[in-house]
Amino acid sequence: MVIGPIGFAAPALLWGLLALPVLYLLLRAVPPAPVRRRFPGVALLLGLKDDESQSDKTPWWLLVLRMLAVAAAIIGFAGPVLNPDGEVARSDAPLLILFDGGWADARDWDARRARAQEALAEAGREGRTASVVMLTDLPVEGVLFQAANGWNERVSGMTPNAWEPDFVEAAAWAENLTGHFDTLWFSDGLAYEGRPDLLTVLQTYGAIRVIEGGRPTYALRPVVYDDDALRVVAVRPTEGIGAEVEIAVHGLNPAGQDSILAVGTADFAPGDTEAEVAFTLQPELRNRITRFQISGHRTAGATSLADDGLRRREVALLAAGNERETLQLLSPLHYLNNALEPSVDLLDGELEAILPANPDVIVLADIAQLTQSQTRDIAAWVAQGGLLVRFAGPRLAASDISRDVEDPLMPVRLRQGGRSVGGTLTWGEPKALLPFPENSPFYGLTIPQDVVVNAQVVAQPDPALAERVIAALADGTPLVTRKSLGAGQVVLFHVTANADWSTLPLSGLFVEMLERLSISSHTALPAPEDLEGTTWVGEKALDAFGSLHDVDTVITTAGESLLIQRLSQALPPGLYAGPDRQIALNVMREDTVLRPATWPIGTVIEGLTLTPETRLKGPMLTGSLGLFLLDVLAALWLTGRLWGRSIPKSAMIVLLASALPMDVKAQDDAFAIGVTTDVVLAHVLTGDSEVDRTAQAGLAGLTRVLNQRTSIEPSSPVGVDLERDELSFFPFLYWPITQNQPLPSDEAYAKLNRYLRGGGMILFDTRDADIPGREGANAVALRRLAGSLNIPPLERIPEDHVLTRAFYLLQDFPGRYAGRDVWVEAAPPGAEQIEGMPFRNLNDGVTPVVIGGNDWASAWAIDRTGNRMFPVGRGFTGERQREIAYRFGVNLMMHVLTGNYKSDQVHVPALLDRLGQ
Amino acid sequence: MSDARQLRRGAAELSAPFPPLLAEAEQLAATVMFGEHGRRRAGLGDEFWQYRPAAEGDEARLIDWRRSAKSDVHFIRQKEWQAAQSVLLWPDLSESMAFSSHKNLPTKDHRVRLVALALATLLVRGGERVGLADSETPPATGETQLLRLAEALASGREALEYGAPELRGLRPNVRAVLVSDFMGDIAKVETALQKASDRGVRGALLQVLDPAEEAFPYDGRTIFESMGGQLQHETLKAGDLRRRYLDRLAARKDELTRLARASGWQYQCHHTDSSAQIALMWLYRALEQR
Repeated sequence: MVIGPIGFAAPALLWGLLALPVLYLLLRAVPPAPVRRRFPGVALLLGLKDDESQSDKTPWWLLVLRMLAVAAAIIGFAGPVLNPDGEVARSDAPLLILFDGGWADARDWDARRARAQEALAEAGREGRTASVVMLTDLPVEGVLFQAANGWNERVSGMTPNAWEPDFVEAAAWAENLTGHFDTLWFSDGLAYEGRPDLLTVLQTYGAIRVIEGGRPTYALRPVVYDDDALRVVAVRPTEGIGAEVEIAVHGLNPAGQDSILAVGTADFAPGDTEAEVAFTLQPELRNRITRFQISGHRTAGATSLADDGLRRREVALLAAGNERETLQLLSPLHYLNNALEPSVDLLDGELEAILPANPDVIVLADIAQLTQSQTRDIAAWVAQGGLLVRFAGPRLAASDISRDVEDPLMPVRLRQGGRSVGGTLTWGEPKALLPFPENSPFYGLTIPQDVVVNAQVVAQPDPALAERVIAALADGTPLVTRKSLGAGQVVLFHVTANADWSTLPLSGLFVEMLERLSISSHTALPAPEDLEGTTWVGEKALDAFGSLHDVDTVITTAGESLLIQRLSQALPPGLYAGPDRQIALNVMREDTVLRPATWPIGTVIEGLTLTPETRLKGPMLTGSLGLFLLDVLAALWLTGRLWGRSIPKSAMIVLLASALPMDVKAQDDAFAIGVTTDVVLAHVLTGDSEVDRTAQAGLAGLTRVLNQRTSIEPSSPVGVDLERDELSFFPFLYWPITQNQPLPSDEAYAKLNRYLRGGGMILFDTRDADIPGREGANAVALRRLAGSLNIPPLERIPEDHVLTRAFYLLQDFPGRYAGRDVWVEAAPPGAEQIEGMPFRNLNDGVTPVVIGGNDWASAWAIDRTGNRMFPVGRGFTGERQREIAYRFGVNLMMHVLTGNYKSDQVHVPALLDRLGQ
Repeated sequence: MSDARQLRRGAAELSAPFPPLLAEAEQLAATVMFGEHGRRRAGLGDEFWQYRPAAEGDEARLIDWRRSAKSDVHFIRQKEWQAAQSVLLWPDLSESMAFSSHKNLPTKDHRVRLVALALATLLVRGGERVGLADSETPPATGETQLLRLAEALASGREALEYGAPELRGLRPNVRAVLVSDFMGDIAKVETALQKASDRGVRGALLQVLDPAEEAFPYDGRTIFESMGGQLQHETLKAGDLRRRYLDRLAARKDELTRLARASGWQYQCHHTDSSAQIALMWLYRALEQR
């Protein structure tokens, strides 16, 4: 039984709630039992009447309490379950799990898959067979129902496809199914043609549950190039509240790696389904764009691949030197410039500078002589796919190039001198053009009547000439010839690029011819009929998650169907390469509109996230028990038995508890005052009582020596708890290292780092210098403990360190053990010893740490009566070592408290000398 | 069960509370006497009466050392009791006295027995004749009388809900001490006092109450029962009764004060949570006044 989101395991028990009114009457009639008290004073009570006559009934609030408790118990035992799952009509029929499987599924594929696996697991528990089908990849042989558990792993390996499901095909497929099964349909939430048909078909087989939901769907239409700006339109299926999506422009950075070139924000106004972003990018950047993608939505629909339609071709125009002062209109490049400028990026400059920029086309206007290396470089560039277009001219006609032997950069051999027709001193009329032959790239262009040629260079007859001619004059002489060189082409116009030799550059035909030669860019997607007869090969395929992959199988498709065929397994979205360009097939077309899927009324639609079922039995029973406890207290209170004589005690406890914090604070203050009245040496409490006692005794010994010998007069040392105590009161911390010392908390580390920054010093003592070997366990522990401390680079105490002369002149720093190196902060790298000075000029700072293993505390330690606690060495030598240990302690404290003062003293003679005293 | 065993058990039951009670009473009495001596002020009589040789049972501290030093025999100096009197004690040992509101408090009858016996000890030491008002233990003096009193006090327990003073064997110039909670019928007390004052008997009324009887710290639905269980009173909100109960208690005290004053008696209220010595001192002083 299910009531709202709550189901009951044993709903029959809920009939027990009917007993509540009876209980009400019973409870109401029975007031709480009286206490029987022996009381001699009863003689005085006789005859006294109670004030309230009705109070022999149970008070109403107690009644409510008890009723609630009983009701909670009854409901609790009825086994309530919040969000019960598996409450759908139990069925033994096989379960068909249907994914739409298109790109829109990719946006939360993991959640869908997990949900499907849950459904499979549940079907497995119920012993149902199951099958999983993706509509974008329909199984040919129909649905194969297998044990549900077997599907689990297969589902983990499933990924959606980039193309949209074909519901018409799916409906036809579904009609051929047989048997009876239930369907769990994971819909991507988008409306497709034929979706209702499939639903109708599936309904004939059994119950259908639809699962929808998840993240909102966004998609990008293909980019449009317009007015120097790239316009991208983001769409969404539902008009909703306003939303912003970020659109990132991906491209190759100069290092050739994919990176984000620009980011724009598409702002969906509330109620809008479209939002446009315009990107204005430099041509350099624009040519590198590979795709547009909505950030955070890694689906094929949210990805718009860029193809050659975006690219502006780079054309290098080179002419012979401008030694002649000519009119602009006579410039060999003027007409080329005007024809190409709107659609391509023009480069000019020296050939040597242009070639490394790898332009798409190089136009050489009347340039005859190229150096050997230039020829080699250009040939290499052409062989890699470059297009070299040459125009003839007086120089070319006068030169010997390609006269006897075909020049590699000329498509044909030329006769000497060229010819003129229709001129004042020549015969004949200026020649018009022949219609273009079928194998010519210019085939189909209409030739204006006014295009005539007055002069040209003439090709030598050659066996190969005929196939190289792509345009000819009316008398059959070649006008434009072409040859392939490697992957590229060399094209020669046998006329000049200006109007000197012909009227061709003045006509619109010139521009069209340049376009056909792919010199100017394809600004628009070609029409399907333009692509007729071409073959396109898939180069990269887009997966549902919006990433490009190399295609595993060769996909070829005819040009005429490329742009109109529905995207499918046979024609996945991606980049397709044709004869002269790349075309990107995107999931979204320019006119695609996303619409939310609509389902007929009565369809069971569930959310993607499954609220886990929560059993409420425990909480209900606990609550019931709590209410009963309350009832006990209330009954006790009613009968006057609640407040025993224990009240004063508990009151005392409360009072004490409230008094305690004040004590602690007072204690803190006392501690602070105590340790700041005098200098106090402190050691870190390690938790090892033996070590702590030794440290305490050691510092006591050092304190005594300091008091006896120096003007430092510390009071008794204290142990500090890193977690609890304030460290800034102490100029110096002695930290003996033990192996099993717990790591201080993060707050304690922060405190320690603050302490070190603020000028405190910590003497780390690993106490293991007596153990031979490189590194003892304590050193490892030190490494662990000090890992989070800001410790500067260290070095062994150099001979001129201020510690060697802060009070006593020392070169050894023994403790109970002698010999292990002692480390301090390294001197700054630039410190050099000045000639004639005994020490380097190392004036700045007190080393924040001193690290050693000589167990100084043991050498310093004295017991309460002032006797040495630990032996050091043997005999007099040992006592000498102890003395040096004390001296080290004194020096250390001097260094801590006076800083670099002692180091400065070194310079006193020099200072005095400078003062002339 | 055989007679012998019953007897033995009875004897054991009897003797069990007896020595502690006597010892406790003597200890209590000793503090009073000690204090009196310390102030160099005589007790019930301050004139020398006689020396008598110390006998078995006399305490060493009663020996008059100055007199004894003159001879080989120890003497006890006895003082004259100017008007030798009989004191009749009526300790209320009824059921209602067996009440104690807390485990750390003595029952009322324990306090009554203790005070009565301690007073008897004092009086006997002072040479008075002490007896119980129930006429089974007529006034007498001496250690034996003390033992007898102790036995009577230790064993006695009246099967009444509330004790009614019963003063028998009243003779003129007898002093009477009534120790009770006076929770019972006040008329009986009045009658007894009337009878006593008719015969020229004066004395003291000591009302012993438990603190709970003064404070009435009860709440909620309660059935109050007398100690014997014969009287019952049920209430639903005991807290509401407190005020009226306390009023009645105050009225009872006023009544007792009035009765005492009318018949020349003295009245005092004593609580079991205060020291027994206070009660003893007051009784002692009350009897000193003539």
